Amino acid sequence: MVRLPYLTALTTLFSYGLLFAFGQLRDFFRKIIDWSKSTSKGLEGYAPICLGLEDFYTRRLYLRIQDCFCRPIASAPDAWIDVVERYSNDNNKTLHRTSNTTKCLNLGSYNYLGFAAADEYCTPRVIESLKKYSSSTCSIRVDGGTTDLHNELEELVARFVGKPAAITFGMGYVTNSAIIPILIGKGGLIISDSLNHNSIVNGARGSGAAVRVFQHNNPSHLEEVLRELIAEGQPRTHRPWKKIIVIVEGIYSMEGELCQLPEIISVCKKYKAYTYLDEAHSIGAVGKTGRGVCELLGVDPADVDIMMGTFTKSFGSCGGYIAASKEIIRYLKYGCPAHLYATSMSPPAVQQVISAIKVILGEDGSSRGAQKLAHIRENSNFFRSELQKMGFEVLGDSDSPVMPIMLYNPAKIPAFSRECLKQNVAVVTVAFPATPLLLARARICISAAHSREDLIKGLEVISKVGDLVGIKYFPAEPPNHQGHDHKKLE
Amino acid sequence: MASAVMNMITAALDWVTVIFDAPLARAVVFGVHIDGHLVVEVLLVAVILFQLTRKSYKPPKKPLTEKEIDDLCEEWVPEPLHPPITEEMKAEPPILESAAGPHTVIDGKEVVNFASANYLGLLGNEKIADSCISSLEKYGVGSCGPRGFYGTIDVHLDCETRIAKFMGTPDSILYSYGISTIFSVIPAFCKKGDIIVVDEGVHWGVQNGLYLSRSTVVYFKHNDMASLESTLEKLTRENKRAEKIRRYIVVEAIYQNSGQIAPLNEIVRLKEKYRFRVILDESHSFGVLGNSGRGLAEYYGVPIEKIDIITAGMGNALATDGGFCTGSVRVVDHQRLSSSGYVFSASLPPYLASAAISAVNYLEDNPSVLTQLRSNIDLLWKGLSDIPGLAIASHPLSPIVYLKLKKSTGSSKSDLELLNVITDRVLKEDSVFIVSTKRSVLDKCRLPVGIRLFVSAGHSETDIHKVCDSLRRVAALVLV
Repeated sequence: MVRLPYLTALTTLFSYGLLFAFGQLRDFFRKIIDWSKSTSKGLEGYAPICLGLEDFYTRRLYLRIQDCFCRPIASAPDAWIDVVERYSNDNNKTLHRTSNTTKCLNLGSYNYLGFAAADEYCTPRVIESLKKYSSSTCSIRVDGGTTDLHNELEELVARFVGKPAAITFGMGYVTNSAIIPILIGKGGLIISDSLNHNSIVNGARGSGAAVRVFQHNNPSHLEEVLRELIAEGQPRTHRPWKKIIVIVEGIYSMEGELCQLPEIISVCKKYKAYTYLDEAHSIGAVGKTGRGVCELLGVDPADVDIMMGTFTKSFGSCGGYIAASKEIIRYLKYGCPAHLYATSMSPPAVQQVISAIKVILGEDGSSRGAQKLAHIRENSNFFRSELQKMGFEVLGDSDSPVMPIMLYNPAKIPAFSRECLKQNVAVVTVAFPATPLLLARARICISAAHSREDLIKGLEVISKVGDLVGIKYFPAEPPNHQGHDHKKLE
Repeated sequence: MASAVMNMITAALDWVTVIFDAPLARAVVFGVHIDGHLVVEVLLVAVILFQLTRKSYKPPKKPLTEKEIDDLCEEWVPEPLHPPITEEMKAEPPILESAAGPHTVIDGKEVVNFASANYLGLLGNEKIADSCISSLEKYGVGSCGPRGFYGTIDVHLDCETRIAKFMGTPDSILYSYGISTIFSVIPAFCKKGDIIVVDEGVHWGVQNGLYLSRSTVVYFKHNDMASLESTLEKLTRENKRAEKIRRYIVVEAIYQNSGQIAPLNEIVRLKEKYRFRVILDESHSFGVLGNSGRGLAEYYGVPIEKIDIITAGMGNALATDGGFCTGSVRVVDHQRLSSSGYVFSASLPPYLASAAISAVNYLEDNPSVLTQLRSNIDLLWKGLSDIPGLAIASHPLSPIVYLKLKKSTGSSKSDLELLNVITDRVLKEDSVFIVSTKRSVLDKCRLPVGIRLFVSAGHSETDIHKVCDSLRRVAALVLV
C-alpha cells in the first residue's frame, strides 16, 4: 500500500499544474502562429486525425522526457546491456541514433531466470530447430501450423503448471484478448481486479459481458460485490447471470505484490464463480520449483479454473498459454479466434520454451534450474531489504522480483532516469497513464543473472542518485545496524 | 339567506382590502414601493422555499436482507464454462514433422503442401536462415520487455526503416504478432462517434478492432463498389455534422475469406470524393502484387501517399512473424503511445526482425520470384477449371485459390463437412495437403465456405499437376 504524505501530494499537484499551464500557453501561441500561416493543402474537408486535447499529454508532457523511454539497446537483454546513445537537435521532439553504446547494468528487462541471452543448453537446440522447421510455419494452427514441437510444448506446459491440458499462442497479449470473448459473452459477468493489465481489460471489453471492478487485492470487497451482483441479477432485466468469472493476476507488474489467492479462491468457490489467474510475471519466477503463485501460497492448481501465463518473462521467448481441464482446452481449440486465425508460434521460440522448462525442472541433467530459482529469490530479498534500509519507499511483497520505488513528483522521473544512466545503470521509470497521476515510480526487475557485485553496484548508484534527487521518503536505518545485517547475510 | 351570505362575503373582502391597503399604502422600503400584492407574492415564495427544503416523498424501498441475499446466492446456478463437447470439436489437425515448405512430412509420409502461405518460397532459404542464426547467437530468442522499457533492439529500428524504404513511405512501426496489428491500429485512430465503412467479408482481426473502437460501423456488400458508393452517399448526405467527425473506409487488399482483390483505384476515387480516410490491410498482398511486390498500390498504380494507413502481417510472404503498419509520420508517431498492442506487449523477437530484413532484401534483389508465383497461379487455374462440383471463386491474381461448391447443400455446416471429407481423402490417398475454411463461432462473416489452396513460388509444375489430378478424382467420387 502506498502512503502519500500531504506535502508530497501538494508539491506533485503543483508541479503538474505548472506543466499543464505552461503547455496550454504554448498551445495558445502555436494556434496563433498556425492561424497566420496557410493551412496545409490536401487536407481540407478532413477532420484531423487527432483532436487538440487528445494528444495534449503526449505533446506537452511526454515529449519533454521522451529520452527516458524507448531506449534502444544493441545487445541481448541480459544483466549488462549496451544502451545506444541518442541525441536531439530540437529539444527532444525527434531523437537520432548514434553508433556509440554504453555498457549499463540492466535493472529493467523481464529476464527473471536469466534465459534472455544465449544459454548453453537452450541455444544449440533452438538453432537445430530453426534448421529443421525454419523460422515460421506461415500457417494457422488448424491448417498446417501444428508441428510436433507445438504438441510437445503443450504437454510440457500442462505438466509444469499442474493442469490436465494446455494450449499455446504466439503472443501473450492476444491470449487474453482472444480467450475471454470465447469463454463468456453477453449475459455473463466479469469481475476483475482494479489494477489488471490492459490485455485483460481489452479482452473483457471485447467479450460483450458486463464488467465490474473490485478493490485491488481485497477479498472482502470481492465478496461484497459478488453478493450484491448475484442478488441483483443483470442490469435492468434482473435475470440471473449466465456465469461469473473473476480475473486476478499472480504478481501485479506495477505494484510488485502477490495476490491474496487462497482467500479469493475460497470466496469464489462459495459463490460458484469461476476463477481466471493471469500468471504473466509469476510463472517460473516464484515458488520453490518455479511453478508460480499457486506453489508459493499453497493453493492446489485444480482449484483455479483457468490459468494463463506468458513465456516472455521467465522463459526468454515469446507467446502465451492457457492451462485448464481437457474439455475447456478442447473447446478453445475448436472456437478460439487466436487459434483459428493467427499464425502459429514460431518453432525456434517453441523450442526455447521447451528447453527452458526442462532446465527449470532439472530434466536436462543438471541442477542449473534449482540454482537459478534460489538465486532469484535471494537476489530479490537482498535488494528489497537493502533499499528499504536506505530509506526508499519500496512496494511489493518479499520473494517478488518486481520492486517499484516511489518517485511521485514529475520532475524526479527524468532526473532519476538520466542520473542513473550517467552512472551506467539502466532503470525503468513509469508515469501516467500506466500508473495513477500522482504515483509515478521507478520499477526494478531483478534477474537470476545478476551477481551479488552487480546488485551492490546498483544499490550504490541508486542510493547516490536518490540522495541527489530527494526520494528517500522514509528515515534510513543507522549504519551500525546495516553492518550487523551484512554479517548475517554472508 | 343568500343575501346574508353575500353580505358576509362582501364584508370580509372589504376587511381584507382595508388590511392590505391601509398600513402599507405609502410605505417605501429600500426605495421599493410596497403594495398589497407584494405581501402575497412574498408569502408564496416563502411557502415554495419551505416545500423545497422538505424531503420529497418516495415510496419506502425495502433493501434485501442478508438472509434473502444468502438465499439468492444459494439458488443461483451458473452455466458451465464450456458447452458440451461434440464430435466435431474433437477433430485434430495434421501434425507436421518438418518445415512447412512446398513439401513437408506428415505422419512419416512426404506430402505436397498447399496449406502454408509461403508465397515466395522463402521458408528454408539459406540467407534468411543464416541471418536468423547470427541473430539468435547475439540476442537470444526473446526481447524480454515492451518497446518502452529496453525492449527496443537495434534490429527493430533497422527493420522499420527497411520496410518504410521498401514501401516508399516516411516511417513504419513494428508489431509483435500479425493478427494484433489490425486490432490495435483501428482502436488507436477510431474512437466513439467516428464512422467506419467496412466490407462485410473482413476477417476476425478487423471485426474485433472495430468492436473495440466503439465507433459506428456500417457494412457494405463484399467487394461491391456500387454498394460502397451508395453507403458513402447516404452517410454524407444525411449527416451535416459528418464534416467534423473522422471517417474511415476499411478494406483488405486480398480478402482471406474469399480470395477477392479490392479495386483500389475505385476506392481512392470514392475516398477523395467523399473525404474519407482509407485503412488497408495488406497481409496477403505484400510481397505478392505489383511488379516488385510492393502491394496493391503498386499494382493499381496509385501513389502510396493517397492511402492513409497500411497494415500487414508478416507471417505470409515474408516467412517470419509479426506485423507492421506504415503511413505518414503523424500516423506512425501517434501509434507509439496510443496503440495498446504496441505499448503493453513485449516486442518482436529480434531473430524474426532480422529474418524480415533479409526477406525484404531478397525480394528486392530477385523480383523474378514474383513472375514464378504468377505462372504457378495461372497453371493452377488452368488445371482446376474442370473439377466436377467445385468452382474457382477467387481473383485470377490471388495466391489464395478459393474453391467453392457449385451446388451448396443449404447450410454452411453440411457444406463444411462435405469439404472436410474431400480434404481428408486427398491427404490420405494422394498425399496432397489442402485445407477448408475454418470459422470461429465468434466470426460475423457470412461468406460461403470453401477449400483454400495457398500457392507458393516454390511449387514445381509436377506439384501443381498432382493437386489438380487428385482433386478431380476425389471430387468426382464424393460430390457426384
